[in-house]
Amino acid sequence: MREELCHQPAHVLRELLIKGEINYSDILSSLIKTIEEKEKDIHAFITLRLEEAMEEAKELDKIKERESLPYLAGIPIAIKDNICTEGILTTCASKILANFIPPYDATVIERIKKEKMVIIGKTNLDEFAMGSSTENSAFGPTKNPWDLKRVPGGSSGGSAAALIGGETILALGSDTGGSIRQPASFCSITGLKPTYGRVSRYGLVAFASSLDQIGPMGKDVEDVYLLLKIIGGKDSRDSTSLPHPLPQEALKGSIKGKVLGIPKEYLKEGVDEEVIKVVNKAGEIFKKMGAEVKEITLPHTEYSVACYYIIAPSEASSNLARYDGVQYGYRVKELSGEGNPIVEMMERTRDEGFGSEVKRRIMLGTFALSRGYFEAYYLKAQKVRSLIKNDFEEAFKECDCILAPVSPTPPFKIGEKIADPLKMYLSDIFTIPANLAGLPSLSLPGGFTQNGLPVGIQLIGKPLDEYTILDVGFAFQKETDFHKRRPVWR
Amino acid sequence: MDEVKHIALLSRLKLTPEEIDLYSKQLERILEYIEKLKEVNTENVPPTFYPIPLENVWREDKVTRPFPVDKTLSNAPERSKTYFKVPRIIE
Amino acid sequence: MEIEPVIGLEVHVELATKSKMFCGCPTTFGGTPNSQVCPVCLGLPGVLPVVNREAVKIGIKTALALNCKINRYTLFDRKNYYYPDLPKNYQISQQYHPLGVEGWVDIEVDGVWKKIRIHNIHLEEDAGKNVHEEGKNYSLVDLNRAGIPLLEIVTYPDMRSLKELEVFMNTLRMILIYIGASDCKMEEGHLRFEANISVRRKGEEKLGPKVEMKNLNSFKIVLRAVEYEIKRQSELLEKGEKILQETRLWDEERGISLPMRFKEEAQDYRYFPEPDIPPLNIPEEWIEEIKKELPELPHIKKKRFKEELGLGEKEAETLVSDVELAKFFEETLKVYKNVRNLVNWMVGPVLRELNERKISISESPLTPERLIKIMEMVEKNLITQTNAKYCLREVFETGKEPEEIVKEKGWIQVMDAGEIERWVEEAIKGNPKAVEDYRKGKKQALSFLIGQVMKLSRGKANPQKVREILESKLG
Repeated sequence: MREELCHQPAHVLRELLIKGEINYSDILSSLIKTIEEKEKDIHAFITLRLEEAMEEAKELDKIKERESLPYLAGIPIAIKDNICTEGILTTCASKILANFIPPYDATVIERIKKEKMVIIGKTNLDEFAMGSSTENSAFGPTKNPWDLKRVPGGSSGGSAAALIGGETILALGSDTGGSIRQPASFCSITGLKPTYGRVSRYGLVAFASSLDQIGPMGKDVEDVYLLLKIIGGKDSRDSTSLPHPLPQEALKGSIKGKVLGIPKEYLKEGVDEEVIKVVNKAGEIFKKMGAEVKEITLPHTEYSVACYYIIAPSEASSNLARYDGVQYGYRVKELSGEGNPIVEMMERTRDEGFGSEVKRRIMLGTFALSRGYFEAYYLKAQKVRSLIKNDFEEAFKECDCILAPVSPTPPFKIGEKIADPLKMYLSDIFTIPANLAGLPSLSLPGGFTQNGLPVGIQLIGKPLDEYTILDVGFAFQKETDFHKRRPVWR
Repeated sequence: MDEVKHIALLSRLKLTPEEIDLYSKQLERILEYIEKLKEVNTENVPPTFYPIPLENVWREDKVTRPFPVDKTLSNAPERSKTYFKVPRIIE
Repeated sequence: MEIEPVIGLEVHVELATKSKMFCGCPTTFGGTPNSQVCPVCLGLPGVLPVVNREAVKIGIKTALALNCKINRYTLFDRKNYYYPDLPKNYQISQQYHPLGVEGWVDIEVDGVWKKIRIHNIHLEEDAGKNVHEEGKNYSLVDLNRAGIPLLEIVTYPDMRSLKELEVFMNTLRMILIYIGASDCKMEEGHLRFEANISVRRKGEEKLGPKVEMKNLNSFKIVLRAVEYEIKRQSELLEKGEKILQETRLWDEERGISLPMRFKEEAQDYRYFPEPDIPPLNIPEEWIEEIKKELPELPHIKKKRFKEELGLGEKEAETLVSDVELAKFFEETLKVYKNVRNLVNWMVGPVLRELNERKISISESPLTPERLIKIMEMVEKNLITQTNAKYCLREVFETGKEPEEIVKEKGWIQVMDAGEIERWVEEAIKGNPKAVEDYRKGKKQALSFLIGQVMKLSRGKANPQKVREILESKLG
């Protein structure tokens, strides 16, 4: 039992802790053992703080009245390295922040600390969250524990890999165009992108401000819900955070009578057969449980990628302007002595500090916002965004939530798409729309390919309706056991 | 090409000639794809700058304790007393 | 050829709020560098702005005072450019839907009233400060000022002379102080100016190439720089040479303007709506509430003082230019009706006392009631004008009531004819030569004799009464 603690979800561990069958330090020991064994191959983490974490766990062990502690006290959690943690290196997987130690905690971190959870480390990501494979990290890629030659997905690939690899119990990721959901799908774990504004962005290193959200990631829906309730809710430091209270109701799995819509545009050619099979199979399972599954339409689907790849880089080009070597981070020291010294310093710092995907997006965004192009690009994209949002509003008149694939393909090989940026962008087609429309969306294990590679399914909900998609997902996980499978370590 | 150089200047990126060449090609391809949006009729469609409608989010005019100076300068690549030190700025 | 200057102004006003525009850091001037900052105004990775409601209120108040139309739907936009004193390398400002548009300021130049139109006013955040030391190969950055709320007021190029420019700046400054938008302390950088200057042949409708001059930080400097620039451009125009549309720097030491050393790329600020701040939808009730709080504006008040109360230009200007003084004046006028006398007292003795002590009237022990008391005592002939001035001084020194002071000092004038007659007799007896001179026709002799009587009475005799009795006695 002890060796498998690292693979258990938090709600199971809590039971054991309350019953006194295990100690907080036992959980840590199990994780540490796995990390020592597998981390050199998986490379999920940029920074580990195992000693401090163990000390914190041991302190909790001393407390007699475990019931008096917060619900998730002592549960180890891994944090994506684009979320600011005071006193702990926060690099965004970039050379330009390789030595940056934030002097403050993100709001979600404050809330996690209040819950007395134990932070075990910062996970790898695509640089500044720009990417779909975690291959764009300045510190090397993370590997998919199901097949070390394949990507874990991105940009929250480190968090997803750590979860399925048994290196952490819970994790935080961020999702701008699918960065929680797609790695969740590729690694067979559960991840939620909340409604835009549900979770405070204060302390999340901004990529695209109108699309970014921090979200919970875990081994099952119940864990994801528990974590959401801790990190979510209004934050006076984030003007875009919503004042609406979080759902508190327990998950029941009440699927009978619910209407699930599958967008007809999503299961077309270009999508891998095995992915289509998994989604259709999931539809059957839901029908068997008493739900109605029907076809719906999202007519502007084919424009989502183009729309996103104007809006996101535009906002990013502005958000990343601050990385210039003046106050923090990397700075070029040797100057040529010609021209305007400060300008040279900034230009070379940024060119040397940023990776190529980041530079590409900065330039794309600068272009889309520039004089003469603003109307045709940025403004146009924001208008198309309205149409995409409207598609969903219409669709939700006919269904309670939308069932969809997460990625058009199963996990691909490392190096397979990285040379062709456009090819990589196109793989985000099913996750991008929920970000554009600000909708909550859950990614959970949906099945496996014939070769044993994970394929996730997506449940997209109405604004603020996390409860419905979590509950439907909970029902699915009661009926299936995909989420319980673990990769066989060679 | 010139376009890329101009954009690089606006973005404060000192690109190498190889980078300029590579990015020109890649960006061209991406922009070609994005042309798709021209197919969409957006007449009378308002833009969505804010995905979830909120308005009038503000705070009272209260002073909070500022950061200790050492914390502020803790990541500074170069400092002089309590200033950030940077290469000469020429107007 | 007659050449006409065309001048527009962009004024940056630091608002009188306690905390910054988007965070709670204090706005006080002159702290240790980088001691009044926090992650938000430093622009650290991950931080977000939160709007200061008071700054919005002051913005609305100012827009109303400048006759602007308020854009009830207003939002913030990012202005993207790189500079070391701009922590995020973008400034949160307003471009597409500024707070107020299409207003005006009435100015009076040499008796003629003119409207200087306001194009827009909008809210934004200030940048930090760069410090350059002579001969060093580095610069220093202080971000205390970064994030302080600014109101930018942009005029149309409606000014046609230096005088108009000066009057406009003074009028605007007065308005801002009156409505409490800013203390306008120039030495603390509360007001900064950017001027746009072009020239053209008089009668020409087309505008000439515009030259922008930034960072003009005092009235004197603005006027000097604009004057120089008008001259420079006029000379070029006369010679038929090309005037470049550019931004120039003002060198205060040498008194000349210079082109910028590094040609800035045609600035492309790539404005787009600030995604981190939801739009504002200003409630109508709030605007009405703020309208009610607006005081009568200084230039309107001045006009009224001149036209309805008959004040001269200078005295009206003096009274109006200090909010407290104007308030005091109007309070007093509610009960005391001798306007001329009150004006003389206020711009004379009262102002002198205030200036000597370097205090404002609200800080002084003088109240409308006390001033009225002093003036009435003179009118009732209870004390002399001279003693009244001393009495005023005593009020300032001791804070005591005028009647008390006058009693203590024994300044109550003697009006009794009998007593005065006795002194007059004495004076006549003691100064036969003067008496003779007077009888011979020398009028000054009378003044001398009056003076003698005053001496004898130790200043207590009422001078008019003395004169009367002397004249009657001397024949």
